[in-house]
Amino acid sequence: MKTHASSRRLLDSAIDGTSRLMLLGAAALLVVTYFVPLWNLTMFAPQYPEGLRLDIYSYTLIGGNGGQDIPEINVLNHYIGMHDLNTAAFAEFQWMPFAIGILGLLILRTVVHATMAALLDVTMLFTYFGAFSIWSFGYKLYRYGHDLAPDAAITVQPFMPPMFGYRQIANFEVYSYPRLGSYAMGGAVLLLVAALAWTWWRSRQAEPVATGTGGV
Amino acid sequence: MDRRYRLIGAGALALGVVVAAVQCTPSAPESRRGQAGPQSDMAVAAQKTYVAPGDLDQYYMFASGGHSGQVYVYGVPSMRHLSTIPVFSPYPATGYGFDDDSKKMLGDLTWGDVHHPALSETKGDYDGRWLFINEMNGRIARIDLRDFKTKQILGPVPNLHGNHASSFVTPNSEYAMMASRFSRPVPNRAVGVDKYATEYKGIIAGVKIDPQSGNMSLGWEILMPPFDYDLGDAGKLASDGWMFLTSYNTERAIGKLEVTSAQKDRDYIVAIDWRAAEKAIADGKGDVIDGVKVLDPKKVPGIVFLMPCGKSPHGVDVSPDGKWIVGSGKLQGVTTVFNFEKIQTAIKNKDFTGEEDGIPVLKYESIKDAEVAVGLGPLHTQFGPDGWAYTSLFVDSAVAKWKLGTWEVVDKAPMSYSIGHLSAAEGDTVSPDGNFLVGLNKLSHGRHLSVGPSQPESFQLLDITEEKMKLLYDSFSEPEPHYAQIVKADKLHPIEVYPKEENKHPLAVWDVASAGVTRNGKNVTVKMVAVRSTLTPTMFEVNEGDTVTVAITNIEQTTDELHGWGLLDYNLNLVIDPGETKTATFVAKKSGVHAYYCTNFCSALHQEMQGYMIVK
Repeated sequence: MKTHASSRRLLDSAIDGTSRLMLLGAAALLVVTYFVPLWNLTMFAPQYPEGLRLDIYSYTLIGGNGGQDIPEINVLNHYIGMHDLNTAAFAEFQWMPFAIGILGLLILRTVVHATMAALLDVTMLFTYFGAFSIWSFGYKLYRYGHDLAPDAAITVQPFMPPMFGYRQIANFEVYSYPRLGSYAMGGAVLLLVAALAWTWWRSRQAEPVATGTGGV
Repeated sequence: MDRRYRLIGAGALALGVVVAAVQCTPSAPESRRGQAGPQSDMAVAAQKTYVAPGDLDQYYMFASGGHSGQVYVYGVPSMRHLSTIPVFSPYPATGYGFDDDSKKMLGDLTWGDVHHPALSETKGDYDGRWLFINEMNGRIARIDLRDFKTKQILGPVPNLHGNHASSFVTPNSEYAMMASRFSRPVPNRAVGVDKYATEYKGIIAGVKIDPQSGNMSLGWEILMPPFDYDLGDAGKLASDGWMFLTSYNTERAIGKLEVTSAQKDRDYIVAIDWRAAEKAIADGKGDVIDGVKVLDPKKVPGIVFLMPCGKSPHGVDVSPDGKWIVGSGKLQGVTTVFNFEKIQTAIKNKDFTGEEDGIPVLKYESIKDAEVAVGLGPLHTQFGPDGWAYTSLFVDSAVAKWKLGTWEVVDKAPMSYSIGHLSAAEGDTVSPDGNFLVGLNKLSHGRHLSVGPSQPESFQLLDITEEKMKLLYDSFSEPEPHYAQIVKADKLHPIEVYPKEENKHPLAVWDVASAGVTRNGKNVTVKMVAVRSTLTPTMFEVNEGDTVTVAITNIEQTTDELHGWGLLDYNLNLVIDPGETKTATFVAKKSGVHAYYCTNFCSALHQEMQGYMIVK
């Protein structure tokens, strides 16, 4: 029971100024994600030495070459029966910016209502959000590569576009990497975890004999 | 003498003549073929002209296409032909002259004889906006260098006939010039050539250029004596505000002109104070002839003056600083240099030796600075920095390099063969580059794989960076470049697709769902979308005798994704650039089924890009 009581105390313990600063940092990093892309896919082919570029933001897709790369990708993809890429087709673009906003507000709430419990909640929520987003991104890519029109001019084996790294697809070399937005998101998670660790470590410092020497 | 001996004697004599003839036949020097000029070391020449795959040239060269009616675009120094811009002739390769707009622009004329390209200028330097180009049927055209397309054809302009002395823009593109090579009665009517000297007239016209749009309109015309007006150049810097045009046949001769027009030792360079002409028109002077205001120098003096120049001058070229006017008499061995300041003094002091139809003739000795012995048949002069001048010599088949001021001829480069115009890099601007010079030769015989009797023309690239000119490269061209201009590549910024937002065509459709056919009585409009790899609709029906307008929008926004629309049996082929809408209007005279298809290769399924017009 003592352990339980100790956890209770830890959860109820207030987080200090350093942790709050980390949380403010995490919130600021979330704001950054509104202005920079989360992910980028770039495709090179002999006919496209400059590459076709696709930047994925939390709320939209933006093609390279002044936006022209998206219609170009669509024109090419229609030959193998892929669906058109367009912002309207992604439900993610509706809820994702909203979810990031909620997470940001929850982080700010934790700055004010500064308990270890609140910090743990928001960190768990954020982790779940991150994991779900990555799964959702992967699932979308999978569907695009597999839901091919049966009457397409060119028949290709269903394929999984790369989520991370490089893959050769027909005459295209496709590169897929996170961009600054994802790094900002990752940075926010790291700051949250750091704040957790810091608070935990501080509580250990404050109560050095809580478990080890209490004895029976 | 015995008859037998006589025969033997005659035979021996004949043999002797044959032997002598064989002995005396001079053989062409070894160096003649393939090495006509002082050549660079081959490796050096190769390095100076070699543009590696994927690399770009330093310069664009715009060469007139002569009677092809087109303008050719070359890269310098590689001398690769990059593109052909159709101007006065239909050109199926780009669909020019087949769609409604370009067809209307060409009118009834389907050929033109293109001569002197003139890049637009700001402060006497190329500004990369437009290219003006004249042709003989009294017309001048504007090509927009934003998309390398012909945008306007002005003319045929009333009164003037045989527009050779053109296009020559002024230093801020205020005006381009036009002038008659063939004088005729003004207004035109049937008058016998026996009255040539008095009843026939030349016309010099100033074409006003809108500084924003480049739109050309006829500014003014000047009634001139019946000479043949030939070439020109605008004054610049010191001589800004003046235009100089050469004339020959000041004998006012008719018939066999090669003799009759070459009798006088001096003909004239016409000097025009174009600002004074502009002002006279603004002041309401001039008589309306055939709908155009024409200034008669007899009634409006002080605008035109004649500078005597020997003999049958062809080119006239103003030095980069505008101080000298170089006139090349093609039938003599010197080129004449006039001093602009002296011309102004002579005009002020009325230092005249006579007049021609009311136009004062300036005293030759008072305005001339030098007669430079460049060689036989001087035609045109271009410039480099530091006062270097380069004059083409048709008869000598060479380029002479000489110095303004000292008038010293320092070098001659043989050309293969019979050079006409020459073009130095930015060599007719206020700041010539002095690195490359292209000779535009009239004859090329023997320097290329034989292609039969219809021979290409020849371009030769010279390196002019050193004291001695060096031949770098031979290149060839379809008939027939006259003048060319060479402009730094970074002055041009062409677009490669027409942005969708700029397409205001009333019949444009931007998605496949909006494509379709509408009928209004006997008029049928087909709004068609071209995108890889379908022409939508893929079929349409009309009735025999319907007037059909097919409006095709290429909804691509990708570089080089052109689509064509060839309609078989109907003599139609459009090429629609990305983002462009073009129309073809025709009467469906032939019943039955007629295929249309994409003529400009676009994609892996280009061959599938086709449809049918069914005429019931």
